[in-house]
Amino acid sequence: MFYNEEFETLPREALKALQLKRLQQVLQRVYHTVGFYKKSFDRAQIKPSDIKSLGDLKKLPFITRKDMSDNYPYGLFAVPMSNIVRLHASSGTTGRSAVFGYTKHDVETWSDLVARCLVAAGITKNDIIHNAFSYGLFTGGLGLHYGAEKIDASVIPISGGNAKRQLMILRDFGPTVICCTPSYALHLAQEAKTMRLDLQSFKLRVGIFGAEPWSKTTREEIEKAFGITALDIYGLSEVIGPGVAMECMAGHNGMHIFEDHFIVETINPQTGEVLPEGQEGELVFTSLSREAIPLLRYRSGDISRLITEPCRCGRTHIKMERALKRSDDMLIISGVNIFPAQVEAILVDIEGLEPRYQLIVDKAGALDALELQVEVSDKIFSDSGSVKELQKIEQRIVKDMQDYLGVEPRVKLVGPNTLQKAGDKVIDKRHI
Amino acid sequence: MQVEQISIFLENKPGTLQQATRVLKDANINIRTLSVAETADFGILRLIVNDVEKANKVLKDSGFQVSKTPVVAVEVPDRPGGLHSVMEAVSKEGINVEYLYAFVEKSGENAVILFRFDNPEKAIDILTKNNFTVVPGKKLYEF
Repeated sequence: MFYNEEFETLPREALKALQLKRLQQVLQRVYHTVGFYKKSFDRAQIKPSDIKSLGDLKKLPFITRKDMSDNYPYGLFAVPMSNIVRLHASSGTTGRSAVFGYTKHDVETWSDLVARCLVAAGITKNDIIHNAFSYGLFTGGLGLHYGAEKIDASVIPISGGNAKRQLMILRDFGPTVICCTPSYALHLAQEAKTMRLDLQSFKLRVGIFGAEPWSKTTREEIEKAFGITALDIYGLSEVIGPGVAMECMAGHNGMHIFEDHFIVETINPQTGEVLPEGQEGELVFTSLSREAIPLLRYRSGDISRLITEPCRCGRTHIKMERALKRSDDMLIISGVNIFPAQVEAILVDIEGLEPRYQLIVDKAGALDALELQVEVSDKIFSDSGSVKELQKIEQRIVKDMQDYLGVEPRVKLVGPNTLQKAGDKVIDKRHI
Repeated sequence: MQVEQISIFLENKPGTLQQATRVLKDANINIRTLSVAETADFGILRLIVNDVEKANKVLKDSGFQVSKTPVVAVEVPDRPGGLHSVMEAVSKEGINVEYLYAFVEKSGENAVILFRFDNPEKAIDILTKNNFTVVPGKKLYEF
């Protein structure tokens, strides 16, 4: 089943021609409206008219997260604020987040793309969708929501958290579809077990999971626990949000990237060299249709591999494997992206604290658990030397992490010079 | 009139306390009294020693996080009501005790209680006025 059969099954020749036409249009537009692009093209001595084929795309400079934070908040917007109807944000590499605007048309495009994803998963207007992706600045919740409304399905906008209540609603409201992070799905399954709820008797039949890497084993566990087909969705706010790519029903074998709206390249993250399709590398995306903030050659940091073999579902769009690795030090904690540099910025802001820390990520049951170890500085200890004061510092760190980054770490104060020896700022004990 | 206490940050893991006591032993430092405050993750070892400066130095040199904290030492008769009489005097004036610990003098007649007050100057003033014996640091280190 297709939401937009014409475009989803466009012969590759026509798809390529459409990509080139849209690319040339967007280049003209950003060159004349966004100072950043004019400067970066001029520096690279490229004019939009130099891009005569899709192969010429590699002449354009990349956009990185650093560019996003250098142009914070609205420097990369290509339309006046009066045309923006929505703002979302995600983690930046420093204390600053990255901000993404949407015009009315962008929200339409995005909803259409998510609608394609839902239809690809066999979802129709007769389905009830339990949407446990977080609503808010994170694009997951609202992205799925708008897509679901687009196909006239019924949405339960439950958002994240509160597993017991989620399970009551899953049992009583009878949703047929669940959307959330894979780790949250496992958490719900475990919680159901302790509450002695029989998930098999629920009406769920399909799950759409994303926002964090998950293994084949996790998928099997989820499918077995809920008695559903579990499918993978991929997206990033920089490009649009969820709906950049979606797994079809043809055999759990990769997610179609909606190429009429995005161009995907794979690069060697060290050299920036474009790799042949099918080779593992960092995915780079170019937005073809986004009005508010069209990013050209955005380095996603996600390491994956493209699948070029034709898919029996009928979609002609290229597929990507799950992105299980990163090219940078970004951590995904229960679907929330954070960078060690952000943690460092928070610690520096707390008076008297030196940013000597280590992040330890592990699983606590199905969910991710983050421990932040911080060395007790001379300043803090000589000022107080009391348990109460040290606990206050711990609480402050937890609160700032929650407020700024949306993750709740367990903070552990440790003695001086204990972490330096350990070296790594991050220890990830999870096995994906 | 205040007494200097050595406070040592200790991670809650096997061996850390032993490392601290070894450093003190090797430096020939005598512990008059001590107490430990602990949370799930860390503890603070509080010590009254015979040589504050030396203890501070050797512990720091060995990589411990150490601070000197002023506390107030009060001598009371070692019998029922000894501590209560002090508490009565300070609480009447609205002074809070953050923590306290005690030891009995060698003669066995008196106990010395170490207080961390939220307002030590005022506490000393009140205790002196009420004829309590506030023990100066110098005397305590040499007990």
